[in-house]
Amino acid sequence: MPTSWRWKTAERIRPEGQTRPSARPSMPETAMYRQKYIFLLPGLLVLVAVILFPLIFTIRVSFSSWDVYNPGLNNAGGAMYARLWDDSRYWEALWRLSLLSLSTVLIQYVLGFALALLVWRDIAARRFLRVLFLVPMMTTPVVMSVIWRMIFHESLGPLNPILEALGIGAQPWLSQATHAFAAVMIVEIWQWTPFMFLLLLAGLLSLPSEPFLAARVDGAGPVRTFMSVTFPMMGAISVGAILIRAIEASKIMETVYVLTSGGPGTATETVSYYIYIRGMRDFQIGYAAALSLTYLVIMAVALTLIAKALIRLMVREARA
Amino acid sequence: MRTLYLALKYLAVTLWSGFVIFPFLWMLTTSFKTANGVTGGATWLPWLQYQPSLGGWQSLFGGAGGVNIVRPYLNSLVVTLSGSAIALILGTLAAYGLSRFSFRAGPIRNGDITFFFISQRIMPPIVLAIPFFLMLRWLGLLDSLPGLILIYVALLMPIAVWVMVDFFNTIPRGLDEMAWMDGCPPVTTFLRVILPNVMPGLVVAGMFCLIFGWNDFFFAFTLTFTKTQLLPVSIVALNSSVTPWWALSAAAIVSVAPLAVLAFVVERFLSRGGLAGAVR
Repeated sequence: MPTSWRWKTAERIRPEGQTRPSARPSMPETAMYRQKYIFLLPGLLVLVAVILFPLIFTIRVSFSSWDVYNPGLNNAGGAMYARLWDDSRYWEALWRLSLLSLSTVLIQYVLGFALALLVWRDIAARRFLRVLFLVPMMTTPVVMSVIWRMIFHESLGPLNPILEALGIGAQPWLSQATHAFAAVMIVEIWQWTPFMFLLLLAGLLSLPSEPFLAARVDGAGPVRTFMSVTFPMMGAISVGAILIRAIEASKIMETVYVLTSGGPGTATETVSYYIYIRGMRDFQIGYAAALSLTYLVIMAVALTLIAKALIRLMVREARA
Repeated sequence: MRTLYLALKYLAVTLWSGFVIFPFLWMLTTSFKTANGVTGGATWLPWLQYQPSLGGWQSLFGGAGGVNIVRPYLNSLVVTLSGSAIALILGTLAAYGLSRFSFRAGPIRNGDITFFFISQRIMPPIVLAIPFFLMLRWLGLLDSLPGLILIYVALLMPIAVWVMVDFFNTIPRGLDEMAWMDGCPPVTTFLRVILPNVMPGLVVAGMFCLIFGWNDFFFAFTLTFTKTQLLPVSIVALNSSVTPWWALSAAAIVSVAPLAVLAFVVERFLSRGGLAGAVR
């Protein structure tokens, strides 16, 4: 077995637009070719059984008024969707989630890109720093949120003494609405900037070196090189990284659950957490099903629009 | 100018490193405290500022004021390892099939099937929680390890497919065809000829499965109650109004330590360029 093939994975060059395997020519039909189902079917069947059927079932449940008093499937028509339409707590949670996820992802992108640039090339101990910067994404979010809850503790936590020493003064981290929101953002940024950093650094390391040589020959400084060489070449990778993070951020709930339980009041309640309260705590299964399907559709549409906008904005050469 | 640039660079790196390390230092020092060491306000240095004790660490094995995490730890290991392994096997097979053969069912083609696999990652956990709950109750698998493993397989498989389809696409098809000409059946070709070439992909996909499996809290939380507890659930259970900070910190350290080591593996791949494929 020639081991040289392995290096193909390191220097993969894929033609533009060829993201789907179906775009490739298929193999000739042979007798053995019929064995293809051995590969695909086990995984596909598991996924259909475990995810697709339950999801279809959820659609049916959303048209029932299944709750503690009235368990089981009945026919409630669109009652749950009508109730949802007037549920201002749901729409506020949706608005809050958009604000939270878009702002954290944007900050993560800027910080992640900056960090990736910092440890990309000439810097001392860069491999150590890369490891260090990656560590937070490996840690369990809820467990770290528990630790952060101690850190934000207003009288016993270590953060307020530091802020006092810096002359900023103690902050009511988890008891004031804006502060609690900021606390959730800080934890999300700590946890997931490394993921952005990982994707962007992998992208930077895969860039060809010729354009940078050319820029140096032309006498371009670091800012100019970044604006006209690095950033344009990182367009597609940036869009991918932002989208992956936006998808993950649209699900935020564990941090909120541990750190603030949605409070104070409903100041940090995200959609997922609100549905959790309705479905798993109040056991209003029918209503929670309607809420989650609406949420899923809104998220899918919003993320598609964001993807389109980002590709338009940041990937120039792809549509040449 | 050059010195200023360098100074700013190292300042930024130092600041971010401090931010990253801060919670880890805090949980390390807190794990050696007692109730007295905590209520006195925020302290960092053992012996100088507070009298260290091993109470928090002892409580992990059933000592007073904590929770015995040995059983949840083993449960988490079993669920994560078996869930990841099965997801990796099924996902790799499916990815190979999708990369090498063409499937069609009505208007559905390979691209749509691949998209179906990957799009599962878009699904918010809460959307799936209720149907999963009802399904596992129907199967009698609520609050059990097999039930959780089944759910984790479905959750982790999309990651494996996503990474592996890309890796398989970089292996020239001529390689498969050559093996077929020599009379090697597809399954053997896959195992003997193709698989050894995508080992880096398997490591990357396996790593992501481990990270997302080990770090999941939500499904472990909603689909189990008392009989089968996973590690994150039992740690969060400690987080009440009168939290034993020392026990919590010790538990947090043993919970995040094994995966933190994975950062070294990821970095090795990153610096050798092995992750370039997983990015797209």
